[in-house]
Amino acid sequence: MMSNSMEFHLSLYRKMVMIRQFEERVKYLFLEGIMPGTIHQYQGQEAIAVGVCEHLADEDVITSTHRPHGHAIAKGLSVESMMHELFGKSTGCCAGKGGSMHIGDMAHGMAPAIAIVGGGAPIATGMALAFTMRKQPQVAVAFMGDGAVNEGAVHEAMNMGAIWSLPIVYVVENNRYSASTPIAQTTKVANLADRAAAYGMPGVTVDGNDVLAVYEAAGEAIHRARTGGGPTMLEALTYRITGHSRRDPCLYQPEEERKAALTQEPIVRFTEFLLSQGHTQQALDGVRDEVNAEIERAVQSAMAAPDPAPEEALVGLFV
Amino acid sequence: MAQMTIAEALRQGLREEMTRDARVYCIGEDIGIPGGWGGAFTVTLGLEKEFRERIIDTPISEAGLFGVALGSAIMGMRPVADVQYSDFIFCAMDQVVNQIATMRYMSGCKLTVPITMRAPVGATGRGAQHAHNIESMFLGIPGIKIVCPATAYDAKGLLKAAIRDDNPVLMIEHKLLYGSKGARTESGAVDASSDIPDEDYTVPIGKGIIRREGRDVTLIGTLLMMHRAVQAAEVLASEGISAEVIDPRSLSPFDWPLVEASVRKTGCAVVVEEGPRTGGVGAEIAASLTERCADALLSPVARVAAPDIPVPFSPPMENFYIPDVARIAAAARSVIVRQRMSVSA
Repeated sequence: MMSNSMEFHLSLYRKMVMIRQFEERVKYLFLEGIMPGTIHQYQGQEAIAVGVCEHLADEDVITSTHRPHGHAIAKGLSVESMMHELFGKSTGCCAGKGGSMHIGDMAHGMAPAIAIVGGGAPIATGMALAFTMRKQPQVAVAFMGDGAVNEGAVHEAMNMGAIWSLPIVYVVENNRYSASTPIAQTTKVANLADRAAAYGMPGVTVDGNDVLAVYEAAGEAIHRARTGGGPTMLEALTYRITGHSRRDPCLYQPEEERKAALTQEPIVRFTEFLLSQGHTQQALDGVRDEVNAEIERAVQSAMAAPDPAPEEALVGLFV
Repeated sequence: MAQMTIAEALRQGLREEMTRDARVYCIGEDIGIPGGWGGAFTVTLGLEKEFRERIIDTPISEAGLFGVALGSAIMGMRPVADVQYSDFIFCAMDQVVNQIATMRYMSGCKLTVPITMRAPVGATGRGAQHAHNIESMFLGIPGIKIVCPATAYDAKGLLKAAIRDDNPVLMIEHKLLYGSKGARTESGAVDASSDIPDEDYTVPIGKGIIRREGRDVTLIGTLLMMHRAVQAAEVLASEGISAEVIDPRSLSPFDWPLVEASVRKTGCAVVVEEGPRTGGVGAEIAASLTERCADALLSPVARVAAPDIPVPFSPPMENFYIPDVARIAAAARSVIVRQRMSVSA
């Protein structure tokens, strides 16, 4: 892996910016009332999806959450197919039947996102079991937030992953809030990864706003999973710099904390790093412009696509 | 051809399907522990010796195991996931209702979810939490097919059809019909054994069967209630009433052509179910019958069901709870009286 090359760093940057700009564009479309539905966004957590998924091929699989856009982009879904889905078009990646909270495409190894907190962990564990039963070299990653670790399904899933030594990584994105409730109010342990010991699996806490640190820690965990070493609980510390959903003004996040977080968010930090490594601001701006153009093409294409016939809703429940 | 109980027929069905297709596997609690019972009702007894890697015993983690079954199914495996008692599937309701039932649809109908779920129902002297009849709770969930075998022949045939189906199928089994033996014998068991053909066969999902032909009234029931309805038909016959007994075998999809044809012939119907009356399977069937053949109904559809209470433990109270032959026969007589009044008027 070309993990230290300038080209590699720029590709990570491009993916993170793609997620950020996609989310910003979606936020605007939503607030303007142009896009239907509700949204849960990923701004501030981009380094985690990108750092983890960089190790995964299309044949490796993930489960995601109600906050899935970042995972989808990092896993290789096209922003065009996603944008069509968010606009409810039958040309979307889930034919308009999934929407924001169920975005996914198994052609790229992403199951329809699971919008019940913790609900994806058993499913990812079952995907990993399928790899083991068929003696395939692939791995599964279950993405979840800090709120999910207090769900029973996650406990059951991590225990099963551990006793069967499955090829899976449980990635906990600790953005410090379960919707509006701060983590100190829900969880006693200092590090969520400490809970891994209860299942007999390694637990690792990493700076989730440092894409290279995530990349390195995820690489170890995924390598362990791929080579028969069983699951890992990987906790990535981060901060949600957008609302929980919709028009949430985040009044529950203390202003000082929020201000500090904005200086520590992953794209600010990676930009500083890239500039220190000899990348030019002009080059980074060029990446951003390209990304924006791609997203704009997706928006225009999605808005121009015809709405589905209402009765398409009745088609396809069963095979 | 061999005479088998439901437990034996299901075991043979699982063995044949696992032999036929390497993607088929069983996952559940206590299903393959050497020295154990082969699940709570002996269905998987000994299969772990033949299929060591495809009989997967789990921790007591119903949400986990149904989610695992789902994850493996969308990767191409064909799991048969079971709970020891249907009451335990409530621990996995998120996985069953939110995930298994919706996954294909949410994916834009691209994924297939070939899961068979097995769940034993019925009040059997165990109190309220090992006794639910879950049929009505799943009937209103689009995305899950429901089958309810009352005989060993149907149990094996429907199991095989469920395993070969590319959709989620919930197979509801009755504790008193298994014919479990040895330490797992059930008191009050009803003989549901059948002659099982040597050759491969399936029973199509969504097809019911006429268990007894009749002219005067249609009795509709599945599982244990099918057997009670047949007994009630015998009582009615001795009184000169000719009752037709229909075993729908599948609740979803439902064999409306069969049931509708019978009701159009008899002009009246009694729906029998073991679970509570309110919001029950009988309510759905009765409402649909009035929509489909109001012109042919000479009497309102009657429901025989349990009262709206948890299942009581004490044997006299439990016997009072479960619909019996006398109540089924009485309901049939009452609809026939109305039918005859309607005809004579």
